[in-house]
Amino acid sequence: MSTPLARPKRKNPLARTRLPLLPLGARSRTAHGLTAAAAEGRFALQVCEDCAHVPYPPRDACPRCLSARLAFGHVDPNGRLIAETTIRVSTDPYFRERMPWRVGTVKLDAGPVIVAHLHGDTVEGERVKLALKLDKSGSAVMLALPAQETPHMQADPHLREMTCDPRYRRVLISDGRNAVGQAMARAFSEAGASIVFVGIADPWKPLPNQAELSKIERVEIVPLDVTDTESVTELAAQNGGRIDIIVNTAEHVRPGGIIERGNLSVARDEMDIRYFGMLRLAQAFGPVLRFRGADGANSAAAFVNLLSVHALMNWPTYGANSAAEAACLSASQCMRAELRPGGVKVLNAFFGPLETEWFQIVPPPKLAPAALAKAVVAALKDGNEDIFVGDIAQDIRERLKTNPKALERELGSH
Amino acid sequence: MPTPDLLTFANAVATGAIRVIDLTQTLSPEFPTIVLPPEFGQCAPFRLEEVSRYDARGPAWYWNNFTVGEHTGTHFDAPIHWVSGKDLPDNAVDTIPPQKFIAPAAVLDCSAEAARDPDFILTIDFVERWEATHGRIAPGGWVLLRTDWSKKSYTDYAGLRDDGAHTPGPSPEVVKWLVEARDVLGFGTETIGTDAGQAHHFNPPYPAHFYMHGKGRYGLQCLTKLDQLPPKGAIIFAAPLKIKQGSGSPLRVLALLPGGSA
Repeated sequence: MSTPLARPKRKNPLARTRLPLLPLGARSRTAHGLTAAAAEGRFALQVCEDCAHVPYPPRDACPRCLSARLAFGHVDPNGRLIAETTIRVSTDPYFRERMPWRVGTVKLDAGPVIVAHLHGDTVEGERVKLALKLDKSGSAVMLALPAQETPHMQADPHLREMTCDPRYRRVLISDGRNAVGQAMARAFSEAGASIVFVGIADPWKPLPNQAELSKIERVEIVPLDVTDTESVTELAAQNGGRIDIIVNTAEHVRPGGIIERGNLSVARDEMDIRYFGMLRLAQAFGPVLRFRGADGANSAAAFVNLLSVHALMNWPTYGANSAAEAACLSASQCMRAELRPGGVKVLNAFFGPLETEWFQIVPPPKLAPAALAKAVVAALKDGNEDIFVGDIAQDIRERLKTNPKALERELGSH
Repeated sequence: MPTPDLLTFANAVATGAIRVIDLTQTLSPEFPTIVLPPEFGQCAPFRLEEVSRYDARGPAWYWNNFTVGEHTGTHFDAPIHWVSGKDLPDNAVDTIPPQKFIAPAAVLDCSAEAARDPDFILTIDFVERWEATHGRIAPGGWVLLRTDWSKKSYTDYAGLRDDGAHTPGPSPEVVKWLVEARDVLGFGTETIGTDAGQAHHFNPPYPAHFYMHGKGRYGLQCLTKLDQLPPKGAIIFAAPLKIKQGSGSPLRVLALLPGGSA
């Protein structure tokens, strides 16, 4: 079993903060097929469409039949750890600081032999299950996990290095007024976050479910209005150095298309709350998140964007809203590039209509805020970068892959 | 009538023989704004974005861009704000004759009543009792409602409950009477609006808006320091921004009082 993660000691204020270093992140264009799978927490390898061979590492032609038809697909991740070694000395600056480091050779049942990082509970000669993870550089690596769940498995230092587990981390929920923000507060508290800061704008307005919210363990209400630059920078100045995960729950869902709305005031609010709100959070908290990417066991870990899946394809019923979500999606890709030098991940959680008043007349299936919160926590524990939560989001994703033009027409036809 | 000596006036202001009281709330992001049901468009709160502050964005200068609604912070309501005043001449902030921006004020102190009841409603009877002490309200001036609401915390100031806001204001009858029987210039309050928090249940709804603006009169709201004004004798300087066809605007409201020795 892994040693349970202890609450990290308070930081020595006289010691220099450890700066982030990254493992080598260069991958071939083809090998980013693994990155794509790791980003979503899937396990995938190339499978030759002509001879069914499973080559590894990724190649541009099948080493057995020379076919170029080598699509990535699901492959059984189970196998056996046939050899292991513990590296105690390295010239690589990132690994030097993290010695000793176990690596091993895994023979997959599907065929290939793969060099992988080893979870502490894996045993030479025993069955293991490979997982694709994004390391601190944002590139895919193979991690061998024990075939069966082991006690405190999540506390393994190799695994924690590749994931954003909220346990003992300090989380900021940017807007606690809405159902999603409150569900997030509950989920992160239950996941063992050591502080859950919950931002509340306009404190003079009654706060729905105030009693329930303040009863959640380790919740701390803080004044925060993502539309107010001063409010965001003030919170960052006061607490930025002790926030490890930011979940931007600020939302402004309003129905209506582009032409139909007739004026810009709602669209401006949408952009101000969603897009500029995200930028304000990014500008105020981004530098310190990036700086603290290797700051001990509760280092800065992730910025979470909650995005309508219609960021990927406009839904004219909520057309202007979809456009604002698309702007946020684009900004998230930029943020990823900007936070990567700190080893800090940007998780995008895509979802369809929620079980909230702003989707009241939309027929089911609709996603419960608690289900979204649960999925976000799970994705952080798994170290994912993109998740599609709920039936609608999954469906849109599939239809985008097969025929995006058909999806555009169909979303626009009712 | 002899020509007034404006230099004497200016000297009196400079020496403090005439006191200047600032009745304006500071424009800040935190100050409450009116809240409408969320399906309606909302009044933008005050927001400030720094353009530069003696830095790479502008080495020798500090300046900001701000955004604000016409009805945010201490603000002026023009007749065009309300449907009842939409067709009047000179009904927008850019066309109101400028002499209307300087006028005397009668200050009705309802602070004790409002402290007892956040839903306190000003009545004709109350004003008539005030007049019995201070004399008849002169035509062409402001009537300002002192409730000490500006001294409250923002939460109590907004007074929001699940059935709406609970803040003091005038009855329909008294507004109509102030316009028709007293010919006032406008009505001013310390609260978020000129009407009571529950005025959407009045008949007509929002009477201070309906009657004042319907007869070409003005509104002032989110005033402060009304407790420093005498019942009579203060002159109000309240000139809104000259926004083309503007329905109102944030503004600086100043009161001039005699008595520098006070």
